[in-house]
Amino acid sequence: MTRPTRLDGNVLAGPLSEVFSVDLTAAARLCSVCGDEGVCAQLLVYADGPGLVARCPGCAVLVLRLVRTPHGVVLDLGGTGCVTIPLGEEP
Amino acid sequence: MNLITRGFHGRRGGDPARIPPGQYEAHDFPVLSVGPTPRVDTDDWAFTVTTETGTAHSWTWDEFLGLAQERPHVDIHCVTRWSKLDTDWVGVSVDTLLADVESTADYAVAHSYGGYTTNLPLEDLTDGQAWIVHTFDGEPLAAEHGGPARLLVPHLYFWKSAKWVKGLTLTPGDEPGFWEQAGYHDYGDPWREQRYRGD
Repeated sequence: MTRPTRLDGNVLAGPLSEVFSVDLTAAARLCSVCGDEGVCAQLLVYADGPGLVARCPGCAVLVLRLVRTPHGVVLDLGGTGCVTIPLGEEP
Repeated sequence: MNLITRGFHGRRGGDPARIPPGQYEAHDFPVLSVGPTPRVDTDDWAFTVTTETGTAHSWTWDEFLGLAQERPHVDIHCVTRWSKLDTDWVGVSVDTLLADVESTADYAVAHSYGGYTTNLPLEDLTDGQAWIVHTFDGEPLAAEHGGPARLLVPHLYFWKSAKWVKGLTLTPGDEPGFWEQAGYHDYGDPWREQRYRGD
């Protein structure tokens, strides 16, 4: 039997770079459901379905759905929680 | 003398007329999931039809197995482009489950253990087109494939055949499910390649 493939959040870097100018996989994330703290690269990603589905490593809550269609990228960040994106030093 | 035989292509009697556009024939059974595989004990399993007025009709596992059992032999088509021909299932027709349900709803949402949902017109779940199945290829349906029971709606892309199904909610309006919200087609007819919203 073929088993599902579960990856980490690094697999999101390429698809998200089509949408965002910063690397969200390096962003710190605080889960609004279980309080899990980590970086988005630590998310659990189910990638062998019709789209990418990312879940919290702490509580498995749905964090992100990303579908690449011929018409564009559909991105649901509804379960993201709070992310902190480093911007570097102010001039 | 033929130096190249059809066997080199790995085909097992596939019929191109049964493969929808953009699909290929798979001989394995790929597992696609959107989260951890729910492990549902049949002692705890229940299937519930909830109408638009809130009336609920539920079956335990034993009650479900006591209903008339059918043996659909069907081709299935996944939106990720694989099709699997001549699959054999055992389960209960959705017609049987809806026989005593009073409703004027036009749509249904299938709900699964684990939180997955998908929406369908009610007319696509009736008239011998859909089943709740518990056996695949003569064996109890494996958890990776949606066991103990999944919805089977073979004339639509397979994301509509919700794994680990636990109920149907009948709704007056169309309420997009997990993949339908995320850009996939609301209906999903493989013969019209209705993969994405807007196709």
